[in-house]
Amino acid sequence: MLKNILRKYGDLFFSSFRLSACTFGGGFVIIPLMRKRFVQELGWIGEEEMLDLTAIAQAAPGAIAVNASMLIGYRVAGVPGALITVLGTVLPPLVIISVISLFYQAFRDHAVVNMVMAGMLCGVAAVIFDVVRGMIGTLLRQKRMLPAAVLCGAFLAVRFFSVHAAIILLVCGAVGAADAWYRDAAGKGSAKR
Amino acid sequence: MSILPDLFLTFAKIGLFTFGGGYAMLAIIENICVERRKWITHDEMMNITVIAESTPGPIAINCATFTGYKKAGFIGALAATLGMITPSFVIIFLISRCLDNILTWTVMANALKGVKIAVGLLILDAAFTMIKKMPGKKLQRTTMVCSCIAMLLIHLFAWNFSSISLMLAAAAVSLMIFIVSGAPDLKGGAGK
Repeated sequence: MLKNILRKYGDLFFSSFRLSACTFGGGFVIIPLMRKRFVQELGWIGEEEMLDLTAIAQAAPGAIAVNASMLIGYRVAGVPGALITVLGTVLPPLVIISVISLFYQAFRDHAVVNMVMAGMLCGVAAVIFDVVRGMIGTLLRQKRMLPAAVLCGAFLAVRFFSVHAAIILLVCGAVGAADAWYRDAAGKGSAKR
Repeated sequence: MSILPDLFLTFAKIGLFTFGGGYAMLAIIENICVERRKWITHDEMMNITVIAESTPGPIAINCATFTGYKKAGFIGALAATLGMITPSFVIIFLISRCLDNILTWTVMANALKGVKIAVGLLILDAAFTMIKKMPGKKLQRTTMVCSCIAMLLIHLFAWNFSSISLMLAAAAVSLMIFIVSGAPDLKGGAGK
């Protein structure tokens, strides 16, 4: 019995450790790989449940990959499970970045390193634009006026009036909630949505 | 050392108030660690972004570790990383415990949709800031625009192309430019 529990903890730790150590890029890349490991290979989590976990991981604050691994650990083995998966997810970057930081002072003034870093920064910008394109694309595919209007308004507020990010988040959330409430009421009143 | 609790609390605050994962966090880390606390410089922040993107692991954790390490060595890295994950841990625990069906409330689900719009925008804004603050070298801006166009094309043709290969390609191109142009004026590099 005890042996089984220990083996489960071990599997949880090494699965999340390997996923974190071998995956480049953030949560959007790692979640499909987590599904492959925990749903298809180990069978510890159902396909439907995994979709729910993904949604919660994205909705909760913090890093998406960390949130997802916490949720999986919790579902599989309660609080100890969540602690184990978080440890497995955080350990590889902690060690890798610490080692890089150790040498950072030495190589950061090197001309070639600088040039390569500058080039890679362009790559990062492209990756970020791609993420945004994906997010806004799904938004516009709904073909509704309100999200597009909110998008434009928020863009103006951030870019030209430098409104604080937290306020933008709160207002957008409130608009979304009000929209749901309004459509709910309208749906009950007349038959058209 | 008195900076440890400070590191922990600052990153706990960042972890608690950022929705939408690592990319959305970049703008907020820049705002707090560079502009307000002056823990790191803008150029260091740009280098962290590059390093975080091109090493394995979540971007948020990579940034926290780097900043913590710079301020107080490995213990500092540990404090910042712990700060980053503690709020998520508490919130996820509460959600799993009490609000299992939180996503079935229409109002909640729609509020989250609204938040998602804002997140996309904040990420876009981070990218804009990055371009605006880039040292004024035509070469780099051109490279950046080209890689953005490349990314769009890749998407249009639905090629399977991971971000890490794009990073490697960008590194290779800038190395090539470096070799071809001999030793260009490096004051415009990302590290200076």
